[in-house]
Amino acid sequence: MKYLWRLLPLSFFLLLAGCGQQNLSALDPQGPVAEMQFSLIRLSLYIMIFVIVVVFAIYVFVLIRFRERPGDTHIPKQVHGNKVLEVVWTAIPIFLLLILAVPNVMETFTLADTEPTEDSITVNVTAHAFWWEFEYPDYDIVAGQDMYIPTNTRVIINLESSDVIHSFWVPALAGKQDNVPGNVNDMWIEAPKEGVYLGKCTELCGPSHWLMDFKVIAVETDVFETWAANMAVPAEEKEQSESEVLVEGRTLYEQSCLQCHSISGQGGFGPDLTNFGERTVVAGYLKYEDENIKDWIRDPQSLKPGNGMPAFPDFTEDELDALTEYLKSLKVLEE
Amino acid sequence: MSHAKAQSKSVLWDWLTTVDHKKVGILYLAAGAFFFALGGLEAILMRIQLMFPEFTFLPAQTFNELLTMHGTTMIFLAAMPLLFGLMNYIVPLQIGARDVAFPFLNALGFWLFLFGGILLNVSWFAGGAPDAGWTAYVPLSSESPGTGIDYYVLGLQISGAGTLIGGINFLVTIINMRAPGMSMMRMPLFTWSTFVASMLILFAFPALTIGLLLLMLERIFGATYFAVDFGGNVIIWQHLFWIFGHPEVYILVLPAFGIFSEIISTFSKKRLFGYSAMVFATLIIGFLGFMVWAHHMFTVGMGPVANSIFAVATMAIAVPTGIKIFNWLLTLWGGRIQFTTANLFALGFIPSFVMGGVTGVMLATSAANYQFHDTYFVVAHFHYVIIGGVVLGLFAGAFYWWPRIFGYKLNETLGKIFFWMFLFGFHLTFFVQHFLGLIGMPRRVASFLGGQGLDEMNLISTIGAFFMGVAFILFVVNIFVSMKNKETTGDPWDGRTLEWTIPSPTPEYNFAQTPLVRDVDALWYEKYEGDGKMKAAEPLGDIHMPNGSFLPFIISLGLFIASFGFIYHLWALAIAGMVVVFGAMFVRSVKEDHGYHIPKEDILNAKGGK
Repeated sequence: MKYLWRLLPLSFFLLLAGCGQQNLSALDPQGPVAEMQFSLIRLSLYIMIFVIVVVFAIYVFVLIRFRERPGDTHIPKQVHGNKVLEVVWTAIPIFLLLILAVPNVMETFTLADTEPTEDSITVNVTAHAFWWEFEYPDYDIVAGQDMYIPTNTRVIINLESSDVIHSFWVPALAGKQDNVPGNVNDMWIEAPKEGVYLGKCTELCGPSHWLMDFKVIAVETDVFETWAANMAVPAEEKEQSESEVLVEGRTLYEQSCLQCHSISGQGGFGPDLTNFGERTVVAGYLKYEDENIKDWIRDPQSLKPGNGMPAFPDFTEDELDALTEYLKSLKVLEE
Repeated sequence: MSHAKAQSKSVLWDWLTTVDHKKVGILYLAAGAFFFALGGLEAILMRIQLMFPEFTFLPAQTFNELLTMHGTTMIFLAAMPLLFGLMNYIVPLQIGARDVAFPFLNALGFWLFLFGGILLNVSWFAGGAPDAGWTAYVPLSSESPGTGIDYYVLGLQISGAGTLIGGINFLVTIINMRAPGMSMMRMPLFTWSTFVASMLILFAFPALTIGLLLLMLERIFGATYFAVDFGGNVIIWQHLFWIFGHPEVYILVLPAFGIFSEIISTFSKKRLFGYSAMVFATLIIGFLGFMVWAHHMFTVGMGPVANSIFAVATMAIAVPTGIKIFNWLLTLWGGRIQFTTANLFALGFIPSFVMGGVTGVMLATSAANYQFHDTYFVVAHFHYVIIGGVVLGLFAGAFYWWPRIFGYKLNETLGKIFFWMFLFGFHLTFFVQHFLGLIGMPRRVASFLGGQGLDEMNLISTIGAFFMGVAFILFVVNIFVSMKNKETTGDPWDGRTLEWTIPSPTPEYNFAQTPLVRDVDALWYEKYEGDGKMKAAEPLGDIHMPNGSFLPFIISLGLFIASFGFIYHLWALAIAGMVVVFGAMFVRSVKEDHGYHIPKEDILNAKGGK
């Protein structure tokens, strides 16, 4: 019986974890922060299941035992109350809540401890409608949409916003904190395992709120160091391909895109595209296909209403091909 | 004869000018039911959009408008007015009064609410409804293009003024107008919970008023309270909103608790178990309700100290709520439980609300809340509380008091089908949403991407919503097919409280003679300790009644007109509207109106005729 009692809720969670996607579910934590939160979720759920079982048991018993039977016309005794019972059902819930409140307060403080350590790295996350900017002050680099982090390293995250309130949530790694304009919030995450963890904006921020996805990509420390070093190489120092298409693409990019979309530069109005060739989605959610890249350039508003990028309907098909090839060639990890 | 004169007026004019708490109550119920249907339709549209991943039934902007209007409509224009309708009709009867303390203000409260609600919905036809959520967080709301948020600000301000007026009116009525012998600790629980909810209104609504005023000044007159670039702060709005918004939850659910207390006691044929514990639990919930607002803001960066304090304070609310649940169970214990439709709703409430309550405690766990916050887990939680508590309470109250209010009984068979279908649909819709949130679905998303494990549960949820929609249609059908089941006894349920001591339909003056109250459950006491009839506390005599007035309508209409002036910066129109408002108030102040008397003979005739 005791065994069963422990097994039931556990199997319940296993079942649910099966429903969700591993890199998106708070029920299948992939790092210490989400782990801590999941254990609190379980603790609270066990206590609550206990409460529910007690209440439902009394409830079902009462409804069956004291239902009106045909022909029954007796007048029940008019009971006023019972002081002992009142004290009992005041005291027991207080005790149950203490079991939950104490670890909760402890973990609230643990999660709020964002002092950098010797090995930690810092990422400044700025939310924009409807994309994410990741600045690494220790490395002097900026990345858009994909947040690379080294595994087994404490990552201190400072959250800001450039427009309305957004919220930074990577369920498999950590619960959310808000990106509030005018304030800087902080949190920390850690990913012991390599992997791609999905992130979402969770504060209503406009018509494309539901498309404001991003990725946290955890890689081995040496891979991360390579990535960071290559991200920092200025564009003019990079080896330039002699391929005709890529040269044309780069020229077009410099004419039309560069003033917003920096490459190895600091900021710019739109997302940095230094490693666009290594993205796995276009615009945060579309399949990484040539047609989607071209559609986006031609008419970004139809794909993400309310975003800040103007449409470029005047490119010819050849120009778009060249631009797309150039964008796909922007890589920092391979080759 | 004045009474006869009152009856000769046209029906429409009578309803537009009425100050009778019973008619104002029915007006609240009718308008609330209309908005409830509208909010429900908005919900169904949203659920259709979320039926399949990346579905294109609605554009994202329209979806954001729908989610905003669904929340705003259901809270301000459906749940509150429907509760106000029941309070208006029932509370004076439960305390043995002939009307509320301020009948004119009562009517004014209703018309302000109605015109505010209409104003809010005019936005649909004026370039788009508000789109920043019912919480209207700045800067999304303060910078929202178009006029949607302007309609939100002014519509809520006007209807909020009506609510505040109504709350003050109930407070004064309950404090001053109880029949002899009706001490505070003999008041029925519905009256008690109305009293506590009215106190919450008195203290909570001013915070909303200030917030809306600042947002109005920001949007219409270019102020910068929330503009970060000018030294403004965006978090202050959230504090103001939730200092109002959290007590608002209890403003809604406490009266529902009161309804359940009445019904569970009546249909188990037992006095409410632990009456005084129930009263104190209600008061404590009302008090703690003001101490916990920031639990809606655990992720905005208040720091661990504030988060911990608000987490523990929030958990504490579970204690008095638990006390109430156990007292209801013990009221049923040893009773003779009758499964009428009204009682089915009350009994369906207990498990549903317990489930909403326990997820409330889970949400109060601040460190875990970082995972729950702003996901479908929250959506599931508050629908369990608001539908499982407030809406089931409203339907329970409707079936219970329908014979009192409308003079006929709703069909029980149809009612029971409605109950089971609604309850099934409700759980089907919202149970799966807990898990949707935990596996990565944020709330307020206009759609969701396929292939992330969210597809099946969203489809299930939508199917549940259809069940609720069809069930509601059954309820509406019930209203019409039952009209012939006239109820003439005045006490169809073997009632326990004063509202069942008077004939059906309820006379205009309620009580021919003010009753003398000798115990909790005054009528039950007379049935089993007395001769079954209430003792009178006064001799039969002429009854003084207030005259109707068209001014509440005019005042509200003036504000309605002025609002368009503010929204479109047409200052002449704004001034004209305000002139109407202040003109009507001036007339009200200087014109003497002494009301009229219903003569003793008429009352005797009515009694004899019965």
